[in-house]
Amino acid sequence: MNQSNTQRVNPAEHSAVWQPVCSQQDLVNDSGVVVWLDGAQVALFYLPNVQGKTLYAIDNHDPQSGANVIGRGLVGSIKGDLVVASPIYKQHFRLQDGTCLEYPQQRLRVWPVRLNAGVVEVGVA
Amino acid sequence: MLFFTVMGFGQVSFMNSNVATLNKQQTLIVIGNGMVGHHCVEQLIERGALKRYRLHVFSEEPMRAYDRVHLSEYFSGRDAESLALSDASLYQTPGVTLHLGVPVLEIDRERRQVITAQGCVSYDKLVLATGSYPFVPPIEGAEGDSRLVYRTLEDLDAIRSAAANARRGVVVGGGLLGLEAANALKSLGLEAHVVEFAPRLMPVQLDDLGGLALKAQIERLGVGVHLSRATQSISAGEDYRYRMNFANDEFLETDLVVFSAGIRAQDALARDCALEIGPRGGVVIDDTCLSCDPNIYAIGECASWNGSLFGLVAPGYQMARSVAARLCDDVAEPFQGADMSTKLKLLGVDVGSIGDAHANTPGARSYQFIDETSASYRRLVVDASGKRVLGAVLIGDNSYYDTLLQYMQNAITLPSEPAALILPSSEGAPILGPGALPEAATVCSCHNVTKGAICTAIDGGCTDLGLLKSQTKACTGCGGCAGLLKQVFEHELVARGVSVDKSLCEHFAYTRQELYALVRVEGVISFEELLAKHGRGHTGCDVCKPAVGSILASCWNQPIMEPSLVPLQDTNDTFMANMQKNGTYSVVPRIPGGEITADKLIAIGVVAKKYDLYTKITGGQRIDLFGAQLHQLPDIWGELIEAGFETGHAYGKSTRTVKSCVGSTWCRYGVQDSVQMALAIEDRYKGLRSPHKLKFAVSGCTRECAEAQSKDVGVIATEKGWNLYIAGNGGMRPRHAELFATDLDDATLIRYIDRFLMFYIRTADKLQRTSVWRESLEGGLDYLKDVIIHDSLGLGAELESQMQLVVNRYECEWANALKDPEKLKRFRTFVNDKRPDPDIHFVQERGQRRPIMAAELNLIPVTEESV
Repeated sequence: MNQSNTQRVNPAEHSAVWQPVCSQQDLVNDSGVVVWLDGAQVALFYLPNVQGKTLYAIDNHDPQSGANVIGRGLVGSIKGDLVVASPIYKQHFRLQDGTCLEYPQQRLRVWPVRLNAGVVEVGVA
Repeated sequence: MLFFTVMGFGQVSFMNSNVATLNKQQTLIVIGNGMVGHHCVEQLIERGALKRYRLHVFSEEPMRAYDRVHLSEYFSGRDAESLALSDASLYQTPGVTLHLGVPVLEIDRERRQVITAQGCVSYDKLVLATGSYPFVPPIEGAEGDSRLVYRTLEDLDAIRSAAANARRGVVVGGGLLGLEAANALKSLGLEAHVVEFAPRLMPVQLDDLGGLALKAQIERLGVGVHLSRATQSISAGEDYRYRMNFANDEFLETDLVVFSAGIRAQDALARDCALEIGPRGGVVIDDTCLSCDPNIYAIGECASWNGSLFGLVAPGYQMARSVAARLCDDVAEPFQGADMSTKLKLLGVDVGSIGDAHANTPGARSYQFIDETSASYRRLVVDASGKRVLGAVLIGDNSYYDTLLQYMQNAITLPSEPAALILPSSEGAPILGPGALPEAATVCSCHNVTKGAICTAIDGGCTDLGLLKSQTKACTGCGGCAGLLKQVFEHELVARGVSVDKSLCEHFAYTRQELYALVRVEGVISFEELLAKHGRGHTGCDVCKPAVGSILASCWNQPIMEPSLVPLQDTNDTFMANMQKNGTYSVVPRIPGGEITADKLIAIGVVAKKYDLYTKITGGQRIDLFGAQLHQLPDIWGELIEAGFETGHAYGKSTRTVKSCVGSTWCRYGVQDSVQMALAIEDRYKGLRSPHKLKFAVSGCTRECAEAQSKDVGVIATEKGWNLYIAGNGGMRPRHAELFATDLDDATLIRYIDRFLMFYIRTADKLQRTSVWRESLEGGLDYLKDVIIHDSLGLGAELESQMQLVVNRYECEWANALKDPEKLKRFRTFVNDKRPDPDIHFVQERGQRRPIMAAELNLIPVTEESV
């Protein structure tokens, strides 16, 4: 990965501190992996070929099945929104803000995330 | 009914008044539960007849109404239940009583009662729908297996059992039903012959040249045709069981004889109660289908209208509708005779007869087209003015039928060159498009559905062909109008500006079949390439990615864990295991043909014990191991592969398993080595990816212990080789597989399966099982046989070589993945932590562990979690 894809986000704007979670080598192109973050399970989706933001951090917990599986879902776009489909009941969540397209009351937590010199960092409060 | 009859005697007056109140509801009895009787019941219920009538239906047959038009399919795999005209619930409607296997013995018109062995039932109105019976000419020596008939399911069972030890069968009668019966004998594996008294086949519907062309075509199919022969007696045969003796010392030997020499109205009950009977039999009816008794109607083949009997289903349905409407005080269309035009496939040969096929109308003139090479024949009969179609005969190609029928039925003025209507279509014949049909044109004659009714349904919001069929009932009778209905439907949709969107999803404006062709033709090997060339956007979605992933795998069979393919797969394919409800996986190693050594059984047991996996035997003769977490999968597979196992592809839309019985090696009934064949089939097709999962089975004899007839591909051993069945499935909508080819040798069997599977992969929609695909094929099973067996599209060699490529490239996906640390990267529950998922909990049940249920969660201690 070249440096131009690195997300430059100022943690101060999110009133967060950047916590390193894994290396860029741990990511899988166009797919998800999951990191353990102090008791939370965070799914990281890396989409190097999309325009704009290429890295997303979203809750791994699927509220419909109760299982921790979101990181193993298929990513895609629906009407311009990047989404992940739960692998169990296939409902879609927007990567940007965690909103479920089919059941808007189901909303997943999302975290600020960036690549910093080959290290993935998640913004925590 | 009996209850009131008995209680009514000598009861005090208040009881009588009670009875009188109840009797406000009248009793309507329908005798006969054939196609026409059933249609009448359907119509009655639909029109609200149950508000005023208690309905009793009596049938002497043990099975509720079934489809007699497609009776011969009983021998090619359909069972009695699938031939039934409705599900059983119709006759469970409150107010309806169906008495199956209860023949009516007598009608007492004076008392208005019908009498059965179980007692008598009074009626207010009675409908006779007793149908007809086969006419068997009095021939000396005709009895038992030399006097079979072809009419009911019981008759077919008798034919089947007679055919069990037979080589040759003869049908007496070369009419429509006789040729159907010959087809049935052929599909039972017999050498079939037809003996006809008249000098041509189908003497009622065809002219001399038409009969000649049909004879030539049928003889090419290996059916013997013997014309102008009257059977004088039947005696014992020398080479076969029976000898049929004709005039001039001619004879024909055979093991069984089926009589199909015409039908007679089943009017015995009517005769016994002195209803008026027509000159050729049948209850005389007027235009309202009323007999000479004002409370008794007759419909279908047992009725005689204007001196004629009507042996087709469409006029019977017309009568049924008319009577049902009258009984419900609806506007009833009078019965005024029926068009006896007919279109069918006899022994695979198209035969059509329209209107005045014999040009009997004074002044009628004919155009004829004869092609002796293909034994096709077409005749167009026009009126004296040359402006109207009077009739037609078609042999060999029914694609002209719909247009000609519409010309005749709607009195459409002929084009200036009428002959063009029957010339080969390369001449640019003026096809009568669906747009040219008037609103009143009948599209479905069985249910009398006009083009206008179809337009009304579309205007009411019906934009789905299946829905249209269920709403209007069009194409649910004999099915002959399927092609025309589709044309009209699509034409009208387009005319209303509704485009039929067949796009896969928002990223590809193509169907799965079109994408498959693009991948093949352009040699596309990645999703990105296909998306860049033919799609929209940069990412795709969870609809197109797995579909394209499956197409790429079907075409090129690259390892599924290639980095470019990984993001395309659904989670099961990505992790090569089946995700269960709590996010853990189940693992199914391949156990080809269900055959397994003790050492391998022990190896599975060792793995299951080590990882504490819940273990269950599957329906496909394999062992499923449940409860593995993501990070455990590579370790589990390392041990399984070490023990000699391969992946079982239980996670993929791909070949699953080949079930088999133990076969001739052990079984005293087995006639072939079914296990050996199952191993060969499983080894060949393992790893093949397809639009949906594929299940196979091989049975070693006709007892069919492997249940091959419920599989996508079923193989059943015969003494001479293998019978191939296709397109069956279990699951939500079970479908019996259909007999596709018989007595194949090993090489031919594999060749047909190669072609069948590749043709399915090429032409099926995404996530379409072979059963649904097969039902959606225009031309049906015959078309598929043409493509696979007769190679009518010239695709055979191509399909085989495409399959060979997939076979050559097979590699166990798990073995491939374990060799490459990069591919194992994703098999980590957490990429930054070694712990398992702390939210996965199990409890013990029956000696194994299972996922905890939500209700049980508060019973176990939960570790404190920081947020």
